[in-house]
Amino acid sequence: MRVVVALLALMLSAPVFAQSALPPAPYADRQIEDPALEKKARTLMETIRCLTCQSQSIADSNASMAGDLRSQIRERIMAGEQPEHIRAWLIERYGDWVSYEPTAEPILWPLWAAPLVLLGLGLLLLRGRIKRKRRS
Amino acid sequence: MIAEAGLAALWLAASLALLQLALAAIGLAGGKSELLGAVRPVAVAQGVLTATAFVLLIALFLRSDMSVLLVVTNSHSMKPWLYKFAGTWGNHEGSMLLWVTVMGVAGAAVALFERALRRETHMATLGGQAAISLGFYAFLLFASNPFARIDPPAADGQGLNPLLQDPGLAFHPPTLYLGYVGLSVAFSFAVGALLTRQVDAAFARAMRPWVLGAWILLTLGITAGSYWAYYELGWGGWWFWDPVENASLMPWLAATALLHSVTVLATRDALRAWTVMLAVVAFSMSMVGTFLVRSGILTSVHAFAVDPERGTFILALLGIYIGGALALFGWRVGAVREGAPFELVSRETMLVVNNLLLSVILGLVLIGTLYPLLTEAFGHKVSVGAPYFDRIAGPIALGLMLVMILGPLTRWRRDRMREVSRRMMVPLAVGGLVFLTLAALVWERIGILPFLGLVIALAVAVGSVAPLWKRNLRRTPLFTWGMVIAHLGCAVSLAGMACDSAFTVEKLVAARPGDTVETAGWTLRFKQILPIAGDNWTALQADMEASRDGGEPVLLHPQSRFFASPPTTTTEAALLTRWNGQLYVVLGQEADEGRWQLRIWWKPFVTLIWFGGFLIALGGALALVGRERRGWLLKWRARKAMESAA
Amino acid sequence: MRKLLIWLPLALFLGFFGLFASGLLRPDDRIISSKLVGKSLPVFVLPAAASDRPPLSSTEFATGKPRLLNIFASWCVPCAAEAPQLLALRQAGVEIDAIAIRDARPDVDAFLKRYGNPYARVGLDARSEVQIALGSSGVPESFIIDGKGRIAYQHVGDIREDDVPMILDRLRSAQ
Repeated sequence: MRVVVALLALMLSAPVFAQSALPPAPYADRQIEDPALEKKARTLMETIRCLTCQSQSIADSNASMAGDLRSQIRERIMAGEQPEHIRAWLIERYGDWVSYEPTAEPILWPLWAAPLVLLGLGLLLLRGRIKRKRRS
Repeated sequence: MIAEAGLAALWLAASLALLQLALAAIGLAGGKSELLGAVRPVAVAQGVLTATAFVLLIALFLRSDMSVLLVVTNSHSMKPWLYKFAGTWGNHEGSMLLWVTVMGVAGAAVALFERALRRETHMATLGGQAAISLGFYAFLLFASNPFARIDPPAADGQGLNPLLQDPGLAFHPPTLYLGYVGLSVAFSFAVGALLTRQVDAAFARAMRPWVLGAWILLTLGITAGSYWAYYELGWGGWWFWDPVENASLMPWLAATALLHSVTVLATRDALRAWTVMLAVVAFSMSMVGTFLVRSGILTSVHAFAVDPERGTFILALLGIYIGGALALFGWRVGAVREGAPFELVSRETMLVVNNLLLSVILGLVLIGTLYPLLTEAFGHKVSVGAPYFDRIAGPIALGLMLVMILGPLTRWRRDRMREVSRRMMVPLAVGGLVFLTLAALVWERIGILPFLGLVIALAVAVGSVAPLWKRNLRRTPLFTWGMVIAHLGCAVSLAGMACDSAFTVEKLVAARPGDTVETAGWTLRFKQILPIAGDNWTALQADMEASRDGGEPVLLHPQSRFFASPPTTTTEAALLTRWNGQLYVVLGQEADEGRWQLRIWWKPFVTLIWFGGFLIALGGALALVGRERRGWLLKWRARKAMESAA
Repeated sequence: MRKLLIWLPLALFLGFFGLFASGLLRPDDRIISSKLVGKSLPVFVLPAAASDRPPLSSTEFATGKPRLLNIFASWCVPCAAEAPQLLALRQAGVEIDAIAIRDARPDVDAFLKRYGNPYARVGLDARSEVQIALGSSGVPESFIIDGKGRIAYQHVGDIREDDVPMILDRLRSAQ
């Protein structure tokens, strides 16, 4: 009985999910044979943001567009394209937002400066304390 | 009836909080000390009333009372009772009521059990706690009423988000909230101490158990949350640097710095300003976290119901409380005299470095999380995620771990570099050995960060037990054992993180029932796909058999689940835990020609991450019990001495 | 020096407060728009998606007359909602082409039969390749391509009734 209910539920639940019924793209969930290339692809995928999700990389997402992007990335890397070139191509279309890897744009320089500034501040505090000790 | 009673209890509690604040303020500032006698009973009554309101809300959820709006929007009569119960706090209003309840009950506990503080400071602390509670009561009563009714009552509820229908919901939020809001006690202590100018060792001794308690719970809450995300969000990640996760990490970082600082103040009467500042920062981070998560200004996978209007209310509260406390700090800390002096090479200095490094990491996580908000103000959208945080926080955290070896091996007040270096020899030697061994085995094949992580983890593991050498173990104080185990827990966790980053093997395959897949020494046989049904879901389940080295095959059942209310699909991963790692199997979509997408990971030693977290909490608990026991012992001995002298 | 450090946390907090306030005051903008607006339409060639319409490729644009490029899918609910507006635009003389994302011919035919067919040409993008190449992040979206083959404007989401005059305006000015 449970199986019948389950099957019925499966049949009825399909139209609720307004998503493409097409199967995923060929390389959406298929690894590249060459482990070195697959690693390059994977590293890139983990830093590209999914366009239709809340806040995930395309490597972590179930969305169909994420799958299509993964497939495209794998195919392009197999064809010999460099990951950074693919990233730049995506940034050209979607802006910096699509890359979790911060770019070299001026607007992101404070982000890279932040650790140096904070550590510097910390050192200052420490030096101040040591100087005070020496003086007393 | 129950809803009205709950709302009434909440209003009463809020009024009592106002009374508590008034009594404390007038009693202290106006010199009417007779009023102060009423503060403690009022605080206790307030705690009892908020707890009552919360229990009543739970009752409404358990009964599936569909005339209450909150129950309609977040529950369903067909849900298992555990999720009706835990669903009480699986939403904005309910979790806010939990927040206020913990605050009220913690305040009541401070009123009942705190004996070490000077009376003035105690009253100021309770006044501070009441002041903070007032803001949040107002938020609940005016902007997030959990007891609002709906007319006419709905036929049934809209259900609980399926991702939350998991035992993790029963454990993770309450533990986290006990932690976050437990830090409010430290905040109130700091405010009380600044107001009455009692920033000294006695104050620190009084505050320490509260800080430790909150920190232990926060550690457990974050560890549980990480594990829950790991097996529920389906792709084997255990930390995503998501804004909500960062919102829980930041108070923890501040609380960790605080608990080290408060011990220094309690035992050595140094680091006064640091301790007070950290106490203010820790709860401020809790409040900032709650703001970020509920206002909707940052997108997150863990998104709550978001509402900019409520966000504005919380922002106003932030301004009043954090702004007020920091202004008070600026105004009063000048009067806090320097504590006992210490040399450059001393444990105090190590702890200052510890505070600084933790604060730097805290600052960087805060900046990284908020940066997209800043750039958007200039019209430019960016994303800051794992690539930034791993690269920035990682090395600093590793540096902090090295200090973790140094610190416990350095004497208080004054020590010599040569002596310290001598004591460091063994951990450093171990580190060097691991470095060379690993380099020989996996050079170039794993990232530099995981590599260093493993080396440092093993060095710290040895270094954390170093303080126990040459000691009589049975006479070693319990809190020293606590420190050792907590530091060891950090090393264990780090080792787990490094192994997961470096050695995880992923296999994606489109298989047909009957196929066999081999990966990382495991043989998995895909037997069949079955539709099955549960309490309020239906699923497609893959029956698989996994075996290693020809051992007994174990059955695995990864599922793809469909919920009706609300309509969602979740993946239930199948996990197989062994001593040296975890096999993680996920069933994906149907690919063409009757093939099914399977994702299989072998994650060596990944469970060490959460085992380490548990050890850290255990170490904290031992330290807490040890300190309290020592406190009672000293008091008992003092009393005995007085009796025998009389 | 110590004075400065003591007041620094408050100063920092005020900065953050300002940042939070600005975040709240700004309207919530989750739309990821294409950065190709103002640039040339990328080159693409797509097979036919509908049985009664020719296939679509990028060479069909840059004809001198601006055209509307509609990104849609048969499985997309808001696309059905914007169908009347597209028909109205067609009535007003606008030339509309479409790309069907992750779709199959029978489904596209059924959709067009049910909701009307305002398109001159329909291309089939089964793996979202052209969608990604355009910088589009979902369905439905519409692009105004000017006479020289440049992307003049991107409309994210379905075209509502009150959007129609604005679209007509932009088409007129995009010569």
